[in-house]
Amino acid sequence: MEALPGVPPQAEEMSRLGLTMFRMAQWLKSPRPYLMLIGFALLLGFWYLAVELWKLPRFREMPGLTSVVKEWLSPSPTYGLSIYTAEYYQHILVSVWRVTKAFFLATALGVPFGLMLGWSRKFKDYVFPVFEMLRPIPILAWVPLAIVMFIATESAVVYLAFLASFFATALNTMLGVQSIDESYVRAASCLGASRWQVFRHVVVPGGLPFIFTGLQISIGVSWFSLVAAEMVSGQYGLGYVINTSYMMVRYPTIIIGMATLGIVGYATSALVRIAGDYLMEWRVRELALAER
Amino acid sequence: MTRGHIVIDDVVKVYDPQGAAVMAVDHCSLEIEPGEICMIVGPSGCGKTTLLNAIAGFHEITSGRIVMDDEVLCSTAKPLSTPGPDRIVVFQNGALFPWKSNLENVIFGPLMQGKLGRKQAIEKARAMLADAGLSGVEHNYPGEVSSGMRRRVEIVRALMNDPKALLLDEPYRALDSLTKSVMHEALLEIYYKNKVTIFFITHDLEEAIFLGHRVAIMTTRPCKPKKILDVDIPHPRDYSVLTSKRFRELIEETNDAVHEEALKAFQAGEKEG
Repeated sequence: MEALPGVPPQAEEMSRLGLTMFRMAQWLKSPRPYLMLIGFALLLGFWYLAVELWKLPRFREMPGLTSVVKEWLSPSPTYGLSIYTAEYYQHILVSVWRVTKAFFLATALGVPFGLMLGWSRKFKDYVFPVFEMLRPIPILAWVPLAIVMFIATESAVVYLAFLASFFATALNTMLGVQSIDESYVRAASCLGASRWQVFRHVVVPGGLPFIFTGLQISIGVSWFSLVAAEMVSGQYGLGYVINTSYMMVRYPTIIIGMATLGIVGYATSALVRIAGDYLMEWRVRELALAER
Repeated sequence: MTRGHIVIDDVVKVYDPQGAAVMAVDHCSLEIEPGEICMIVGPSGCGKTTLLNAIAGFHEITSGRIVMDDEVLCSTAKPLSTPGPDRIVVFQNGALFPWKSNLENVIFGPLMQGKLGRKQAIEKARAMLADAGLSGVEHNYPGEVSSGMRRRVEIVRALMNDPKALLLDEPYRALDSLTKSVMHEALLEIYYKNKVTIFFITHDLEEAIFLGHRVAIMTTRPCKPKKILDVDIPHPRDYSVLTSKRFRELIEETNDAVHEEALKAFQAGEKEG
């Protein structure tokens, strides 16, 4: 049979790698990657023009594109931080490691907590009002208390990042459980499932789409609060880089820190998304059929 | 063989949501013979789903009792029956788990009850799916197949447990009329092979007469049988029944009763459900 354009050969005959390659080739043939490049070009172009050529008010004071790129790619950077310095990677690693710890701790505690909130009326009645009162407190308001509670700054910083993550994860997990259609629970009990089996086979998988939405938000707020915490107390990390560069008047380094945060943050949330797609193949296939 | 003999005996259901008692089911009595297809017809919101929920064990009854094969499911003393695999509900909007493949859905019941090992369950499921002409969609997720297919998979999932009765709650409501007629024949085909008792709720009189041995036309809120029609068209039936003279006569005989209740429900402004 002649292969139709855009239709992969029978999926069974294809290895997983083959399928990935096929999808990659399809992606490159679509306009999407080129639109993405244009988007980036517009941002960088505007930055260059506004700061260096037009010298617009406000923008005038910003470090320009060329000076930042030069500094970033320089083997001997003026302000001591570029892709050639070991220190740059140390900052990245420290921040990533802190976020990783905070994120996993928040997931390990937040998901079960949220499942309980959604599953048990009684548990929710006890806990939810307290939860809802603590949740709106901004993370920055926790900083002094965190420093007092944890003698080591390291734990204080992780604690703050954890806290923001935990609230986002728990709340979305709870909403996920509540969003499950009652028919699924009833169908499972008709088919002879015990309460625990309903939890394991209906509540957990049924809540997954919301849980992963929560984890996407959670990793984002985890970075957000981490950097805030690093700016207040810390000795390494990207937030620390940005804050000290400001105090030492190293303006290009501020932008290097910010851009690096953007890239690393994007990568971590992509990882969460990939994990979600892997666990929810049913949903990926459903959305694909709806051409989304 | 008395299997799937359901007796609904003087059942009353009163809802009391805001202090104002609403009677949904009013001293309703109905006996369903083993292996019978009993169709329950009434306008939307007349309380027929309440009756199904009482049999299934989703809702309590206020008084009366429901008995299946000498086992009291619920009564005034024990108002809520326990849901179980002897009477399985097929839901209005379908309740196949979208996160499990069709095959995983079908083996769910026996695995949860610990009645079959995984390997045996898969074997049985494959045979039953093949029998229903559904082998091709075993490894698909429910979201990947048509809604007609999904309903058939759901019925196979129920039959995997050798239930005494199937309780169908307007399962074909959301389907277009062409798919519906195909589904009716498919359901009958499955029924002829399995002979379970079928308690089938609908608001579609043609559907009711085409499928049922008996059709119980219910009054609207409170719900109880208004008229019970014996459909004397012999089984097995197929699509040609729809154009037969007897079928038309039966429709004419009952149409007024159904229309009258629909009008009452409309005037009362019942919410569909």
